[in-house]
Amino acid sequence: MAMEAAEIERLIKEALPDARVLIEDLRGDGDHYAALVTSATFAGKSRVQQHQMVYGALRGRMGSELHALALQTALPGEEPA
Amino acid sequence: MNENAVFTRIQQEVEENPVVLFMKGTPMFPQCGFSAAVVQVLSEAGVKFKGIDVLSDPSLREGVKQFSNWPTIPQLYIKGEFVGGCDIVREMYASGELDQVLTEKDVPRAG
Repeated sequence: MAMEAAEIERLIKEALPDARVLIEDLRGDGDHYAALVTSATFAGKSRVQQHQMVYGALRGRMGSELHALALQTALPGEEPA
Repeated sequence: MNENAVFTRIQQEVEENPVVLFMKGTPMFPQCGFSAAVVQVLSEAGVKFKGIDVLSDPSLREGVKQFSNWPTIPQLYIKGEFVGGCDIVREMYASGELDQVLTEKDVPRAG
């Protein structure tokens, strides 16, 4: 049960076309990733809602094929340092 | 339990207890690193919480994901409101936002 980083990025960009997606494969095992997703569509949304948008983009894979995705979301220009 | 019964139970738990953590394992013996991390944060913040082990009940494990529209466990509720999973809770603790929320919502804390 693993997923390619490129596939994660593709699914997110399909749902959020303006998104910038930075993915790190934390253990090199295709199963534990950290992602920073930046999109203007997050404006006015709570952090929970922003994460729900990304999970929605992954269409049910989060929690099944994709065991662990440490997620951070941000608005353009407000990325964490 | 059918879906309605599960939702009713979850609703009751989050209404009756100020802080509820749906987790894998128990606060004493977490069965997953992400659940353990949130237990750790809550302990450091001095928050009394009710831990609910979703591994003991498959219908609860799936039910809480639908209830919160959130695909993963752990899930933290404060005063009936879904706060987030491991990433959000850790981020909020690091930024001081969690303390702020606990204070605003008048959650009892240990000294």
